[in-house]
Amino acid sequence: MTTATPTIPAGTQDTTAPKTVAGRVRKRLNSRTATLVSIVIALLWTVPTFGLFISSFRPEDEIKTTGWWTFFGNPQFTLENYQEVLFGRSSSSGQLASYFINSLAITIPSVLFPLAFAALAAYALAWMNFRGRDWLYIAIFALQIVPLQMALVPLLKFFSTGVTVGGIQVLPAWDLVDEQKFAQVWFAHTCFALPFAVFLLHNFISQLPGDLMEAARVDGATHPKIFRTIVLPLITPALAAFGIFQFLWVWNDLLVALIFAGGGNETAPLTVRLAEMAGTRGNEWQRLTAGAFVSIVVPLIVFLSLQRYFVRGLLAGSVKG
Amino acid sequence: MEFDFAEEQPKFLMLMYGLIAFVAVVGGLLLLLDVVPAWFARRREAQLVAASASGAPLPRRRRRREGGMALFFLLPTLLLLTIGLIVPAIRTTLLSFMDSNSNDWVGLRNYGWMFSENSIVRVLINTLVWVLLVPLVATAFGLIYAVLVDKARFEAVAKSLIFLPMAISFVGASIIWKFVYAYRGDGQEQIGLLNQIVVSLGGEPRQWLLESPLNTLLLVVIMIWIQAGFAMVVLSAAIKAIPADIVEAARLDGVSPWQMFWQITMPSIRPALIVVVVTLSIGTLKVFDIVRTATNGNYDTNVIASEMYNQAFRYGENGQGSALAVFLFILVIPIVIYQIRNLRQQREG
Repeated sequence: MTTATPTIPAGTQDTTAPKTVAGRVRKRLNSRTATLVSIVIALLWTVPTFGLFISSFRPEDEIKTTGWWTFFGNPQFTLENYQEVLFGRSSSSGQLASYFINSLAITIPSVLFPLAFAALAAYALAWMNFRGRDWLYIAIFALQIVPLQMALVPLLKFFSTGVTVGGIQVLPAWDLVDEQKFAQVWFAHTCFALPFAVFLLHNFISQLPGDLMEAARVDGATHPKIFRTIVLPLITPALAAFGIFQFLWVWNDLLVALIFAGGGNETAPLTVRLAEMAGTRGNEWQRLTAGAFVSIVVPLIVFLSLQRYFVRGLLAGSVKG
Repeated sequence: MEFDFAEEQPKFLMLMYGLIAFVAVVGGLLLLLDVVPAWFARRREAQLVAASASGAPLPRRRRRREGGMALFFLLPTLLLLTIGLIVPAIRTTLLSFMDSNSNDWVGLRNYGWMFSENSIVRVLINTLVWVLLVPLVATAFGLIYAVLVDKARFEAVAKSLIFLPMAISFVGASIIWKFVYAYRGDGQEQIGLLNQIVVSLGGEPRQWLLESPLNTLLLVVIMIWIQAGFAMVVLSAAIKAIPADIVEAARLDGVSPWQMFWQITMPSIRPALIVVVVTLSIGTLKVFDIVRTATNGNYDTNVIASEMYNQAFRYGENGQGSALAVFLFILVIPIVIYQIRNLRQQREG
């Protein structure tokens, strides 16, 4: 360290710099420890993922007998794990390609429905006059705190046996088989997402300038017209924010899928299959590592490319309260 | 080794039906909303014309009430919330006072069972550990990191690294960490990072996930690892929102970084801090995926949410499962009340 310059006469320094050598050393040390601590944290947060990533490209024997860090001394690279876990035909191999399609089929409608419904509702709650508007908003807002566990048992019953009031069948059972069960999952995800979606979009929509709305009304625009031509284009960032939220939530969800989609490869998403593999084949690391990455890659791409919207939505959803 | 694409076709068909339904419902609703008011407007115009022709006084425009129109905007949301959330939540509350087949009323028996059965008391204690540790530690890491990388050279990249686990599913994260905790017998080469570190320090390799209560703490680590990014992003934004002149004034007063942190930063970001802790607490209460993937709730690691799943969907104990769900809800309430009171104080202050 070459910091041992003799004391600089006081007064020639500006006030922000520490006045003594000790002070300067301490400051430098401070920033050293700061850098060190942040690097340690950053490593803790990335090394586990990195290890799994490296492992997913190593041959089975290597994964099972040596640590992934030996890869750098003895690099052996293969894509066989991915080939096996995605397209393998044996029942133990994963067949993740099929589950991947399920995840897509579950996620897309489960994002679109709540997005559209919540945008409509949020607009009405923000810009239309009707009695009880504020109470209605508070009620929907409050529903956010109901854990979805509270709804699971009756909702499943609703799908499987319909609704009977006093012995009379009011609504029939859905009686869905195989891939039709996607509809149940869409329904459940849409219901559970709505309170937060309405809240988040209301935050944005209610902050649009009132003059704009008033001007449009004076010009004779009806509410549907204002909604379509003025509000929707203006809240695209908010829609994107919620869309990403919901996408990550649905794609990564295990509980709802487990209950409403069942476990077979006709409907179950990647998460369900992976959790099952981790339980029954916990030592088949060549499949688990590759499988985990198959499930991670899509949300990662979405997340990285749209991070800015996501952060904005996160801040709007949590800080404004 | 052949992947049969034809077998997957019904799924795409179903997805297409879903998308068609979406377009039909949303498009139909918007169209309806366009057509109906236009019809009313035309009728009103006709009335006006008729009135002016006959010389009668113009009908007064009624005070603007848009209840009918608003109902259509709100209809899908209200319908779905009622069917999917409100009615089920009420039913679950009722079921929690009934037996496992939901036939007979049993009073408070399910709740008594919850607090007397040893394994369930264990579940409650574990949940408490989760709720105490995850919000505090995750927030602490998030805050430290946000302060440290603030205005650093690679801030954006550095933040992305911590933030990235938020995109990973709990299932994926659990597999990542199970691999870190992986165990090979003594004498064999270790494949898990944690055991490798222990061995290289001269210790014995251990089966981390089998040893209670250590295993619960190791699962808590996974949740912290996922959630610290959330805390970091929110707190970092709060730090950046501190007015520059306050920071500058403090700097001119010769305040040390340490004092700066406690006397300027902390008080300024207190609201954000509370929001983060509250959000994380609620999220942690409901944690299910991690426990289920990493240990399946075995070896004394179960928490309320996963025990609720076991009771209701594996053992068919609807009453006991519902009681656990209700208890989960009750635990959330004080946290939310605290948050609301805080918000109100902020608005008044």
